[in-house]
Amino acid sequence: MSLEVIGSVIKIAEIAPNIYDMLIKTDMAYKCKPGQFANILCEGGNALLRRPISICNAGNNMVKIIFEKKGEGTKLLSEYKEGQNINMLIPLGHGFDLGDYKNPVIVGGGIGVPPLLYLAESVNNPSIFLGFRSKSNIILKDEFEKCGKTVISTDDGSFGHGGLITVPLKTHLENNKCDVIMACGPTPMLKGIAALAKEFGIPCQVSMEQRMACGIGACLVCACKTKNKDGENFSHVCKDGPVFDAAEVFFE
Amino acid sequence: MKTEVNICGIKFKNPVVTASGTYGFGDEYGQFYDISRLGAVCVKGLTLAKRDGNIPPRIAETPSGILNSVGLQNPGVDAFISDYLPRLIDKGATVIANISGNSIEDYCEMAKRLAGTKTHMLEMNISCPNVKQGGMAFGTNPDTVYEITKEVKKYAAQPLIVKLSPNVTDITQTAKAAEAGGADAISLINTLTGMKIDINTRKPILYNNIGGLSGPAVKPVAVRMVWQCRNAVSIPIIGMGGIASGEDAIEFMLAGANAVAVGTYNFVNPNACIDVINGIEDYMKKHNIDDINDIVGKVILNG
Ligand SMILES: Cc1cc2nc3c(=O)[nH]c(=O)nc-3n(C[C@H](O)[C@H](O)[C@H](O)COP(=O)(O)OP(=O)(O)OC[C@H]3O[C@@H](n4cnc5c(N)ncnc54)[C@H](O)[C@@H]3O)c2cc1C
Ligand SMILES: Cc1cc2nc3c(=O)[nH]c(=O)nc-3n(C[C@H](O)[C@H](O)[C@H](O)COP(=O)(O)O)c2cc1C
Ligand code: FES
Repeated sequence: MSLEVIGSVIKIAEIAPNIYDMLIKTDMAYKCKPGQFANILCEGGNALLRRPISICNAGNNMVKIIFEKKGEGTKLLSEYKEGQNINMLIPLGHGFDLGDYKNPVIVGGGIGVPPLLYLAESVNNPSIFLGFRSKSNIILKDEFEKCGKTVISTDDGSFGHGGLITVPLKTHLENNKCDVIMACGPTPMLKGIAALAKEFGIPCQVSMEQRMACGIGACLVCACKTKNKDGENFSHVCKDGPVFDAAEVFFE
Repeated sequence: MKTEVNICGIKFKNPVVTASGTYGFGDEYGQFYDISRLGAVCVKGLTLAKRDGNIPPRIAETPSGILNSVGLQNPGVDAFISDYLPRLIDKGATVIANISGNSIEDYCEMAKRLAGTKTHMLEMNISCPNVKQGGMAFGTNPDTVYEITKEVKKYAAQPLIVKLSPNVTDITQTAKAAEAGGADAISLINTLTGMKIDINTRKPILYNNIGGLSGPAVKPVAVRMVWQCRNAVSIPIIGMGGIASGEDAIEFMLAGANAVAVGTYNFVNPNACIDVINGIEDYMKKHNIDDINDIVGKVILNG
């Protein structure tokens, strides 16, 4: 068994300012589940460590990733060309528990939105809430709308609801049935969502982020403080997560 | 072609060992290859009681290197003996238990508890920069290195490797102190202390502010220190610091290492240890070397 996979870039495009969509051919695609990630070697420059990027979608021997160009690693990745080989450890981590939910709610923020697409396609009739900085940062709107009713907010009010996505989310929870919330996004947003889930007594799964090295549980750098029946602990995002039960996470 | 090396009476199939803390207890990289192919597996640093480790972020990338501040998160020596060691032995690994403590008594107690087990060797970490008490404090003063080595030797049933800190002015002093205290071997280098600051937030990336530097960036420092120690002590040396290829391993061996360890590069290339073993064999073929032991310390100096 090998998790190290050499895929081939089929397509790469900038879909919003500094946001890249990359389609990769790999025969490991069928193994990927919503919420899992790839640890990607960014070759051609000075990035030593692999970079963790979520699987946005998978199927038909293809994996789709969407990433934001931030530092050295993602800059190198954005310069990959069609036909170029890409070295990945895939699929890593525990994804979302798909269960058999009747009224799932999916909430995403910013660059936390992409991994939720595969999830939205894999559950029954989800209600979807997506938050972005501004109108020009909105991604995957049409794709999500195909999966279920999608509410969008922008921090600056340039599209949809102005302000935090937790505001329309709360209104939804007050007026509709919901048996699970599944979320990915910046930590303050996840913290707000976890608080709402607790208030409404709804189970909540959150996908956490932390700086990583190995991506497979060997180096213990990707710590996330959690509590469970064994007490408080540092769990590891790459192996125990990235998706955790929100009730078990300490949001810093 | 002979790649086998003998470190204080323990036979390693080849000179390649895993560096403590980069390889867990062998389960993760065991998904990529059979870990019995390695010279030895050195496990995550153990302490007497379970430790939770430091608050994240615990890692920052720097030019050709990384800074870490894991803070010795581990399940404790007893859990290692009951839950992890049997699996390593079943897989046919030669096992080195890496031990850390807050006091000389801690180290002695761990050596005692490991004495009756199938662990092949002990590596005493007196060079961890990421814990407040003990750790590096023991490893930077030759007198304490001598004392702790002598005490732990009384309880160690297996050969004792003393892992040296590079955060000293003259590493030959601590190397000699370890040898005088009865160390069966030394290993070096542990990480160099370092810092990285995010200039936008003005905050260090690591929650701990400082951490330990490893990876290709430290390799020349490590090679120099191995060479200095080779000229200072006669016990075996396990060399490490930035090894990524067979060529790197050969460089350490020419400087005087009897075996080498691969750490950070496992994160980049999960097959790094196997690639290093193959690279060593390629070098031997190319240079008509029948026995890898023949190159140890064979650097040809200028002048
Ligand atoms: C499980 C997981 C899934 C992710 N999925 C996505 C995704 O789908 N799309 C996307 O754009 N981003 C995603 N990220 C964030 C992404 O990993 C970082 O933006 C990226 O590593 C930054 O690398 P860089 O070289 O551009 O930045 P640099 O600042 O140059 O990176 C330096 C180091 O810090 C690490 N680092 C910096 N920022 C982060 C961060 N926010 N999270 C983790 N490590 C970081 C890098 O991996 C690298 O080791 C994910 C992170 C995790 C942990
Ligand atoms: C994430 C990480 C954790 C480490 N943990 C330990 C440890 O528990 N005990 C120890 O003796 N050394 C530890 N080290 C040091 C390594 O074993 C090694 O000495 C050092 O990293 C240099 O080798 P490298 O450049 O190949 O990584 C750790 C290093 C890293 C990167
Ligand atoms: S990144 Fe190494 S344990 Fe998670």
